[in-house]
Amino acid sequence: MSWELIVQYIFSGVTSGIIYAIVAIGFNIIYNTTGIINFAQGEFLMLGGMIAVSLAAVLPLPLAILLSVLITAAVGGFVQIACIRWLKNPNVLQMIIITIGLSILLREVALHVWDEKVRSLPYFTGTAVSSIKILGAYVSPQVLWVLGVCSGAVLLLNAFFGHTLTGRAMRACSANPLAATLCGINEKNMVTLSFVISAAIGALAGCVISPIAQTHYECGTPLAIKGFTVAILGGLGNSTGAVVAGILLGLIEAFSISVLPMAYKDIIAISILLAVLFFRPTGLFVRRELGALKEF
Amino acid sequence: MKGKRAPFLILAGLVIAVQLVTTLTGTEFYLTQLIMAALYSIVVIGLCLLMGYAGQISLGHAGFFAIGGYTAATLTTLNLFPYRATFIVRLLEKSGLILSDTNSWGAEILYLSPWLSLVAALLISGSVAFLIGIPVLRLKGHYLAMATLGFGTIVYRIALGSAIFGEADGISDVPGFPLLGGLIIDGSRSQRVFCYYFVWVLVLGLLTLVSNLVDSRSGRALRAIHGNEEAAEAMGVDTSRLKLYLFVLSALFATIAGVFLTHYNGGLGPSEAGVMKSVRYVAIVAVGGMASLWGTLSAGILLNFLSLRGYFGSLDDAVFGSVLIAVMLFAPQGILRHFRPNRSAEEKAQKKKSEKSQPQTEKEKSHGAP
Repeated sequence: MSWELIVQYIFSGVTSGIIYAIVAIGFNIIYNTTGIINFAQGEFLMLGGMIAVSLAAVLPLPLAILLSVLITAAVGGFVQIACIRWLKNPNVLQMIIITIGLSILLREVALHVWDEKVRSLPYFTGTAVSSIKILGAYVSPQVLWVLGVCSGAVLLLNAFFGHTLTGRAMRACSANPLAATLCGINEKNMVTLSFVISAAIGALAGCVISPIAQTHYECGTPLAIKGFTVAILGGLGNSTGAVVAGILLGLIEAFSISVLPMAYKDIIAISILLAVLFFRPTGLFVRRELGALKEF
Repeated sequence: MKGKRAPFLILAGLVIAVQLVTTLTGTEFYLTQLIMAALYSIVVIGLCLLMGYAGQISLGHAGFFAIGGYTAATLTTLNLFPYRATFIVRLLEKSGLILSDTNSWGAEILYLSPWLSLVAALLISGSVAFLIGIPVLRLKGHYLAMATLGFGTIVYRIALGSAIFGEADGISDVPGFPLLGGLIIDGSRSQRVFCYYFVWVLVLGLLTLVSNLVDSRSGRALRAIHGNEEAAEAMGVDTSRLKLYLFVLSALFATIAGVFLTHYNGGLGPSEAGVMKSVRYVAIVAVGGMASLWGTLSAGILLNFLSLRGYFGSLDDAVFGSVLIAVMLFAPQGILRHFRPNRSAEEKAQKKKSEKSQPQTEKEKSHGAP
């Protein structure tokens, strides 16, 4: 394998890795405030991409993306209020089935509002054929956009959860809902807000990857499975872990293509997921004693 | 004991009545979808055992269905004619385990007996379920759901990506399943009424098996697991072993359905292994009320029949998605329970009890929260 090829693989691995990380962070935000896994997370990416593609036909690109993120965030809030917020003590099985149902419905709505065609946003800068030479490898400028926007989003989220009052209130809800309520935090609003934020993050990711990965009504589910793998690898609820794990999985996948047929690419990710679940369900970066406190 | 047998007799009566009515009114074509719906409900009965009685979700049961279907299809479409001279093929032919036929070009083909492939499918699926079940069933909640979803996706990807399984086209030209006396399970018109009765006898047989199991000592142990796994373990129930047995058993149910449906349809495609199929099975069990065999069976027959007849049109998946959400939001105990007077009285009594013990649980919660 030549040096240029290795750099090329690294770039493609890091790009898909950071996308997985964004999906994983979407899982984490909701998991952190509610303790549930939102199986419809992948559909937020799909919706973000679809809405932006439609809006971009009449609006300038940045405005279309902004509006699409806002609309998807509203959809995220709406489904939470309609299907989850008013339930009293729902059990885990109920939550799993509801979010799976939501993911099917969002997908079917997309199929009927749009159609089954593959769409994509225009490249943010340059065209499909323009490329930049970095360390001997040719990289599309869109890859740099993906890397930039996603790392920016991760940093912003870290600042939000670490340093703002609302962010800290959300973390308090995850640590101890009863105590948080006693401190005057409206727990239900925080949970709705977590759906809004994770839908917005998903939509943003869906927009930036649209030019290179294409948007399709069914494109959410595979991303959700990869994102979940990454969330587990990095330890559920741990955003820094998710970024590292995402890049790791992206690199493994990118290099696996040189050995195995493309059709088996997903099998690798899922086998890693199963292996981690079986042998180290706390994730790679969490100490075992800490993980023992959680329930699997 | 008499009360237990009544639903079986009613079902048997209904099955016969439907056949007579359709034959007399010349609408026998409805039987085709009823046969397929009955086969799909075998999967659901197995899943009901796992979800309702042991409380373990599986989003990978379409995977076991596909393992059954693909094993049957691959083995029975393999032409052994070129290997006729080899010892093994000659031995199998002597013992009647190889059948011959002519293909559409008039050339003679030899293929493995579907009976042999049924045994192979059960063996393969059973061992896969056993091996996967050991680590998977240690997980709970979301982790269990995702792990089984992952298993289903792997089966789907393998079916879609391997040339031996026909990739996206699947496998077609699967021969019928021969039973005694020239009766064959296949899609031909002349065998329709026979297939209908065969499939329903199969359903009734498996239902009897399951309802006996549920009422047995292990059945009570299973419900104890659903109620509270730690408590069941403390009472001496070997929870992990029971869960594993049940997982394998429900996988075998799915496999049986897969094998017979493949022979009946004469082929299958990778979509049978898709995640959407697994979700459908879960949806049907949820509609039936999780731990209700008869509820699950009725929901399975009704929803599958309507879906197969095409009443939902392009909204097929959307219907199952909405049904899932609606049932979980408004009737998490299943729809049938709302129509049963004695059941609702029972629930009221339970509610009163739980209201009385409310303060205690509240206290426990605040104490136990992380």
